[in-house]
This record gives sequence, C-alpha cells and structure tokens, in this order.
Amino acid sequence: MSLWRFAWASLRARPLMTALTLLLVALGMATVVMVNLVTRQFDERLARDAAGIDLVVGAKGSPLQLVLAGVYHLDVPPGNIPLSALARLRANPMLAQVIPMSLGDSFRGFRLVGTELEFIVLQGARIARGTVFESSMQVVLGARVAEETGLDVGARFVGNHGLGMDGPSHGDSTYTVTGVLAATGSVIDRLVLTSLDSVWQAHEHGKPAPQEPAAHDAHSGHEAHDEADDREITLLLLRYSTPLAAASLPRVINASERLQAASPAFESARLVSLLGVGADGLRAFGLMILAVAGLSVFVALFQTLAERRRDMALLRLLGASPARLFALLLLEGMLITVIGVALGLALGHGVIEWAGRVLIPRGEWPVTGLAFDRIEAASIAGALLLGALASLLPAWLASRTLLADVLASE
Amino acid sequence: MGLQIEQLVFSRGAQPIVSIDAFAMARGTHALVTGPSGCGKTTLLGLIAGLLPIQQGRIKLAGDDLATVAARGPQAMDRFRARMIGLVSQQPMLFGMLGALDNLLIARQLAGFEPDRAACLNLLSQLGLDGLAARRPRELSRGQQQRVALARALVNRPALILADEPTANLDDEHATQVVRLLQERALALDATLLIATHDARVRDHFDRVLALPAQPRP
Repeated sequence: MSLWRFAWASLRARPLMTALTLLLVALGMATVVMVNLVTRQFDERLARDAAGIDLVVGAKGSPLQLVLAGVYHLDVPPGNIPLSALARLRANPMLAQVIPMSLGDSFRGFRLVGTELEFIVLQGARIARGTVFESSMQVVLGARVAEETGLDVGARFVGNHGLGMDGPSHGDSTYTVTGVLAATGSVIDRLVLTSLDSVWQAHEHGKPAPQEPAAHDAHSGHEAHDEADDREITLLLLRYSTPLAAASLPRVINASERLQAASPAFESARLVSLLGVGADGLRAFGLMILAVAGLSVFVALFQTLAERRRDMALLRLLGASPARLFALLLLEGMLITVIGVALGLALGHGVIEWAGRVLIPRGEWPVTGLAFDRIEAASIAGALLLGALASLLPAWLASRTLLADVLASE
Repeated sequence: MGLQIEQLVFSRGAQPIVSIDAFAMARGTHALVTGPSGCGKTTLLGLIAGLLPIQQGRIKLAGDDLATVAARGPQAMDRFRARMIGLVSQQPMLFGMLGALDNLLIARQLAGFEPDRAACLNLLSQLGLDGLAARRPRELSRGQQQRVALARALVNRPALILADEPTANLDDEHATQVVRLLQERALALDATLLIATHDARVRDHFDRVLALPAQPRP
C-alpha cells in the first residue's frame, strides 16, 4: 500500500469532485494545445509557401489578395499584367529570379498554373514519377492532386474554366500528365503545373461561357491573342539579388500604371496580426480555464481537508510524519493535474488531428495533431507548476495535523 | 518489563487529570484501566501512546523511556509508536476508501515494514474475516469493522496493545468476543494488553485492574 495507491484511493473516493476537477484541467490544457497547434502550423505554412519569394507583382488591386492568389493560391488574382513586364523585370540587376504565373483554370477544384520549371525548384519539389512538362498541353501534378484525382503519368484530362469546381470545360483542350511531384507539405502539392504556352493555347481554342466574376476577371487576360507581345500573364514571383532591392523596387513597380508589388512577408504578417487577435483571445480563454482548473484543484483538496481530518489524524497515529502528510496531499493534487494534463493533451491533439483529416476538405490548410513544440512543453510545465502551487497550502495544512486531533476525533 | 509508569502527573492548567505513583506490567500480562467518565482513562492511554507530552514522571515501554524517544524528535516517536504499540479505539477508525486488507497494509507501510500480503491475509483469516479482504468498511458489519481495526493494531506485532473502550456500543455477545480476541492475540504475540473501559461486562475477564479515581471538577 504505497503513498501513490493511498492518494489514488482518496481521489477515487470522491468521484464527482475528482471528475469535475479533471475535466477543468483537461479542457484548459486542450484549449491551449489546440490554439497553439493551429496558430503555429498556420504560421509555418505561410512561411513555407512563401519561402524564396521576396515580392509578388501583379495587377493593381488589393496587395493581400495578390499574395493570397499568387503565393498561397487561396484567392482569385486582382487581374492580369502584360507579358512584357516579365522581360523588363528579368533585365533588372537587383533581381535574382523572376517566375511568371498564369492562373484562371482548374481541374476538379485544383488550380491549373501556367509557369516555368523554375517554380518547381523554388518550391523545393522533385519529380516522384515521370518527367517534367516539356511542351505545350503537358502537365505535372502535385502529390495531393494525383492522390485525390487518381490521375497518373500518361493520363489525359480536360481543364475547367475558372478557379471553382463548377466551371465549364475547355472542350478540346486536352492536357497530358507527364509527371507527378513528390509530396512537399506546401502549396505545390495541390497545384497542376503546366507551361505558359499551355494556358494561352487552351484559351485560343476554347470559348468558355462567363462565370464567377473574380475568377473570370483573372481569366479574361487569356482571351485569344494573335500577337505574342499582346499576351498577358497573371503575376510574377520575384527574388531579390540584393537586400537593397527591398527598399526601392516595390516603390518603382508601384509607380507604374498597371503593376502592383506586394511583399508576402509583409502581407502574411498583416494577415496573421488580423487573425492573431482571435488566436490571442482563444489562448487567453484557455489560460483562464487552466487558472480556474488550478483553483479547483485547490478547492478540491482544501474542502477534503475538513472532511478528512480524522483520516489525517489516523495516518499520524499509524506513524506518518508531517512530511508524509504533506507529500500525500501534494501527490493527490499532482495526480489530478498530471492526469488532467494528459487528458487535455490527448483531447487537444486528437481534435486537431480529426479536424485535419475530416473537417478541412482536400487539405487546403492541412493541420495535424501529431506535432509538438517548445511552447507546448512550456504549457505542460506551467500547468504542472500551477497544480503544485494549488496543492501547497492544503498540503501544508495537512502536515500540521496534530496528534492530539486523534483523541479529539474520537 | 512490558510497561512501567512512575510518578506520572498530567495536568491541564492547575488541574491534574492523571496522577499515578507507580504501575508496572510484565510482558505478556493483561490489565484493565477503569474509573468513572472524566477520570483520565483516555488521557492515560494518550500519554502511554506518546500522543500527549509527558509533563512529569516517567513511562517506559519494553525498556525504552518515552521521554528519551520523544527527545529524538517527532519522527522517532511516530516510528516508535507505529512499531511498538497497537491501538484499538471505541470507533473502528478505518480508512473508508480502503478495503480491509489495504487498511492493514498501510499500517505496515507507515511503520516501515514490508507489506507482506500473505501475513495480513492470514491475520484477517485468524480473526474470522476470510473472504472480506477487499471489502470496504461500509460493506462490513460493525463487529467486522472492529475486528479489522483489531487486526490493524496487531499487524506490526506490537509489544503493547492499548484499547480504549473497545466494547462500547457492542452487545454482550460481541463485547465478549472482542475481549477474548484481544486477550488471545496479545497472548499469541506475548504483548502487554491494557484496556481502558468503564464497561462492567469486561471486568470479569481480567485479574488486574488499575482504578483511576474521579477527578474533582474545577
């Protein structure tokens, strides 16, 4: 009959109080864990998708919309820009890399992106099967696209006009899959990549009906063009060759009549700060629940002290030292806290993993509950410390049980 | 020598509660402490058990002076009591959340002995508690609870068994049963047995009686 078993038996003897305290500790911990998991993975995802991209250049409009469309592929682009901007910016010595991108079509909800092979390198992706696209109307599928559509090397399909699921098909413009990319965990997993020529070619032949305005606006630039010089693209991804470019280049680009420059770092920080208000609120809510849980640990132990005065005296009579009574109450408080924290961790990670698998369609913002970090470790340590602090006063009072109480208790 | 009391005086303020010139019991002998309510029976047992401080005089148990043991610190006194004295009270005073066996095992553990489940089960069996080891006090009759409390007092093989009104609230049959059990087990352990009671039914079972006089009211 160890002290552990005695403490456990004491907790089990008060099932309602113990269960309610456990529930509070678990809910507080789960809330903190869930908020931490989501915000951290959101931040990491933003950083990973924007890696290597210093600036996005597109049509005039909302800079956040441009970044969401060009880097994270979540929004429709504000419009199109002339293809001539590509050559002009590539000639700029302050830029190390300029990657063009044409958006506007999709396949079963996944975006068809006209671009160059450099984009695959920029995203740190590699070919898992087949080869990269080499000529017009050939495509490379992101890992998630291949997984969800079942398409593989050699497969042929017809793209849809617009970025939604229900756009009209492009009729006789058939794409052939030449390769499938290995999974990267970034945005390229859910893209269908092809050459700029493919996008232009699809629109020279297809005459789609009008559909969702924003998507259509983005797409309108792909209307048939006879002259290459008149052709348009949607946006450009830029990488600086010198840090000095950050100071002057956006200003120069924004001064032009049709172009707008947006910094992914700045815009995503703005987005995070907007969403961060909500995340901070949830985090504060979780911490508040944890504080209440700590208080409930204190109340649970403190209340039982009065009920268990006879037990404490009996323990002293049987040879338990004051230090042992102190340890017993501390152990009871820590048992509730440790079990509550463990339940909270399981609940928090379980809910996020479930949400990542079931709630978020096609992993557009994939989250996983199978991730741990230092903030979580600090939260666990904080909760355990809180449990210990909440147990200290009841434990001290228990240790002061006098042997004379044995006589008084009879 | 089992128990030796010399010049013992315990007072509250100026009012003496217990006053004994000399009392001695050899190991393995039995005696009663009797007297009217408020004469200091429970206080005397508290002094012998080290629950109350010795103000004046001396108590020796199995050759050890309690004042000397107490001078080594409260932990030494706690350990001495746990190992040397078995206490039985009017109320069974069991841990309600523990089964009968666990009530014995915790007493072993707090005295610093190995748990020894087999010996504890054997003791429960000797006291007629076969098959009740897992039962909690509320699942036992009052008589069974008292026997579990007795088993706990015996589990560390003490040199002295102190019982305070162990037959109170028991019918004749159970009162006799409890007294006989106490005497039998004390004999088996060669332990000194001292019972404080004002229950006249118990008196016939003992040859030796320490009668405490009524204390004057302040």
